Amino acid sequence: MINFLLRRLFLLGTVLFGLSLLAFSLGYLFPGDPLQNFSGIRQLEPQLRAELTAAYRLDHSYLSQYLAFLNRLWHGDWGLSLASQQPLLSEIRQVLPATIELTSYALLVSFLFGVPLGILAAIKPEGYLGKIINTITVAGYSLPVFWWALLLIMVFSVGLGWFPSGGRLGVLYEIPTVSGFMLVDIFLAETPYQQAIFLDALRHLALPTVVLATFPTTVMIRFVRDAMLEVWEQNYIKTAKAKGLSRLQVLYRHGLRNALLPVIRQIGLQFSALITLAMLTEVIFSWPGIGRWLLDSIYQRNFPAIQAGLMIISVLVITVNMLTEILHTFFNPLARKR
Amino acid sequence: MIKYCLSAAMLALGLAGCSAEQQDLRADGLVYCAEGAPEHFNPQRVTSGTTIDIISQQLYDRLLDIDAASGELRPALAKGWQSSADGLVYEFDLRHDVQWHQTDYFQPSRVLNAEDVVFTFNRIMDPEHPFHFIGGGIYPYFQSVDWASLVKQVSAPEPYRVRFELSRPDSSFLSNLATDFAAILSAEYAAQLLAANAPQLLDSQPIGSGPFIFREYQKDVLVRFYQHPHYWRGPAAMQQLVFDIVPNNARRMAKLLTHECDVIAYPRLAELALVTERPDVKVQESTSMNVGFWAFNTQRPPFNQVKVRQALALAINQRAILQAVYFNQATAARSVLPPTSWAFNQQLATPEYNPQAAKALLAEAGLASGFNMTIWAMPVQRLYNPNALKMAELIQADLAQIGVNATIVSYEWNTFRRKLTEGEHDSVLIGWAADNADPDNFFRPLLSCAALESGSNRAQWCDPVFDRILNQALLTDDQLQRRSFYLAAQQYLQTEMPLVALAHSQRIQAINSQIEGVTINPYGGIALFSARRVQP
Repeated sequence: MINFLLRRLFLLGTVLFGLSLLAFSLGYLFPGDPLQNFSGIRQLEPQLRAELTAAYRLDHSYLSQYLAFLNRLWHGDWGLSLASQQPLLSEIRQVLPATIELTSYALLVSFLFGVPLGILAAIKPEGYLGKIINTITVAGYSLPVFWWALLLIMVFSVGLGWFPSGGRLGVLYEIPTVSGFMLVDIFLAETPYQQAIFLDALRHLALPTVVLATFPTTVMIRFVRDAMLEVWEQNYIKTAKAKGLSRLQVLYRHGLRNALLPVIRQIGLQFSALITLAMLTEVIFSWPGIGRWLLDSIYQRNFPAIQAGLMIISVLVITVNMLTEILHTFFNPLARKR
Repeated sequence: MIKYCLSAAMLALGLAGCSAEQQDLRADGLVYCAEGAPEHFNPQRVTSGTTIDIISQQLYDRLLDIDAASGELRPALAKGWQSSADGLVYEFDLRHDVQWHQTDYFQPSRVLNAEDVVFTFNRIMDPEHPFHFIGGGIYPYFQSVDWASLVKQVSAPEPYRVRFELSRPDSSFLSNLATDFAAILSAEYAAQLLAANAPQLLDSQPIGSGPFIFREYQKDVLVRFYQHPHYWRGPAAMQQLVFDIVPNNARRMAKLLTHECDVIAYPRLAELALVTERPDVKVQESTSMNVGFWAFNTQRPPFNQVKVRQALALAINQRAILQAVYFNQATAARSVLPPTSWAFNQQLATPEYNPQAAKALLAEAGLASGFNMTIWAMPVQRLYNPNALKMAELIQADLAQIGVNATIVSYEWNTFRRKLTEGEHDSVLIGWAADNADPDNFFRPLLSCAALESGSNRAQWCDPVFDRILNQALLTDDQLQRRSFYLAAQQYLQTEMPLVALAHSQRIQAINSQIEGVTINPYGGIALFSARRVQP
């Protein structure tokens, strides 16, 4: 296991190295002045320019510049946003929790609905229930997320007025940011309206979570269903059945555990698709997350922000991937030997 | 309790509120959905209408106000005023009961007095002033009216008396003091910031004397104000005022329909018919002094030739533009000045659509075979131009008729304005909304040589003859005489054609039917002081 962990960590290191190299070269590859791309300072007075050139070692070799770049990253100096002239790291700290919050609820929903539905579909694959679930899955899988989101907004918020059309919380509720996670912050806030605000936050969460969960849920259903069907054919299941265990017991003790193992891995693989979908969802629902922030930055030609945003999102995706892989291996001794 | 509510919410997916408390907080607050984010919180440094709408009438007061109905000046912070016979000295008596905002970052020790007024205007005029260069030393409105050369000195002879000494008589002086840009700032707060070595906070953590107090700004998300309990006109009806920043038009409309917004700025004209059918939404229309125009960069060939400019003006179909872009919610423009102004020239010819004549003029200018040009279309929706991109496409098609090949250019708004100021465009579709009732406000900030320097002259046009007419018009207080100068100015513009005036638009707000008391000044921003919620 230790050996495996070390190998993974080495791989992580290599990927991060490549990523930082790419991020660094973006400073030169983006149009405009590299010094401005790195620092994000809009008004570069001659004196400041000289100081920064020295600090960033821009008059030295690329290697030396890259090391200085790494050093800055490490010390949290990620430069300023060209648009707002605020430190990028603090901006990211504000928007990233919103994305993580939305994504994890969507993952949770996809897990809570995907797994049972997948099992249901697997019990009698040719039965009515199996076919219905299958049809819904194919439909959900092929739904373009922006169209689906707009449809839900049209029906449930503009038409029926049940849910707000966007945002994280009714704007009249003032909740101080502590953790950046809305539900946690509401819990921490001292306000007589806590309960009403909590409900309001849930109402804001409903539609984006449904939209974002649609794709992973359908993937999860199909995956669990296929895994279950495969496991169902295994000899140990037949043995268990022959021993006289009831259908439910076989399903739970022997089927589910083995079928769910690859699902853990699936979460990691789904994560990058999920982040991409989250960006679209955030834009449509005005969710103040990193996806919307990054798209705004692209529109504003805010190169330092694009650089930092890409880096953060890639690191996030890679880390989650790696973690689920490690978790998968931890639960599955067979995989360690591979 | 939360647990109960949570499970209830899960069950009903949060359809209905668990308690009535939610209603209370909403009843005391107003949400205004704005079309853009404020640049900062100091009206002195702003020209964008979006920023003015959000900050000016809400956070600040001015010495004088403009009466929305009559366009006349009326007392505000100044109880009264006197001017000397030669028109060179103005004195204002200030109110004694104007309280500054009290926040966690500033506790005022005194009421507003003459020191504050002196501080406010010296910041603009005096390059030695410690705050002058904070934010770049650019005061677009004041520079466009040539304030620095007009006002010699501002002083406080008595604690509640302010004295302005002018270098020449200027009949638009008082109107300038009543614009949304002439907000009075706190000298005491500025001194505190200077002592703390953080002067730049003056424009981002504002202190004013207006009906609302600044609470927070989440960049590009929202601006939050609370009621100023000791406002000298009495406290505002609403406890809380939130500006929700929603740049997307369709989304703003959707938020009005879902009651997430109480008031929305600039509803899309195409959707108005749809909205008026609903009982929960009303549409408020008000005249506004503005003009949408197409300005040529007169410093670039071939637009430095009058004939080319006249030809292009003849080539475009103004009526089609009014219909397709303004949905006929606007008046066809004959001059930059709207017809409701007292100085409007009735003798001006109505603009003509005549591609043949345009071709002939181009041929005279030696450009019979046409040329290539760019049309810059502003990326945001404004009252004076609700859809510049569409307008650009129409003009592009019109120009193709006379052999001119136009390309449409657009950038993100801040970049767009910066590049315009640097004069990188051939022509641009943009416009102007007046800040006060004085006709000078339509000419000087748009087309004078001073405006060229301050960057608001989109035509990059500096004509000494025209400047002389404008200056002469200011030297007299006699309205008949002034009018004759402005008539001449409009005539001159029609022959020189540095820009083609296209339309004067109505200002329209869509409002939740429960809300009353939203007032719009035809010369400036929206005022939400007396907005309140009434149960229908």
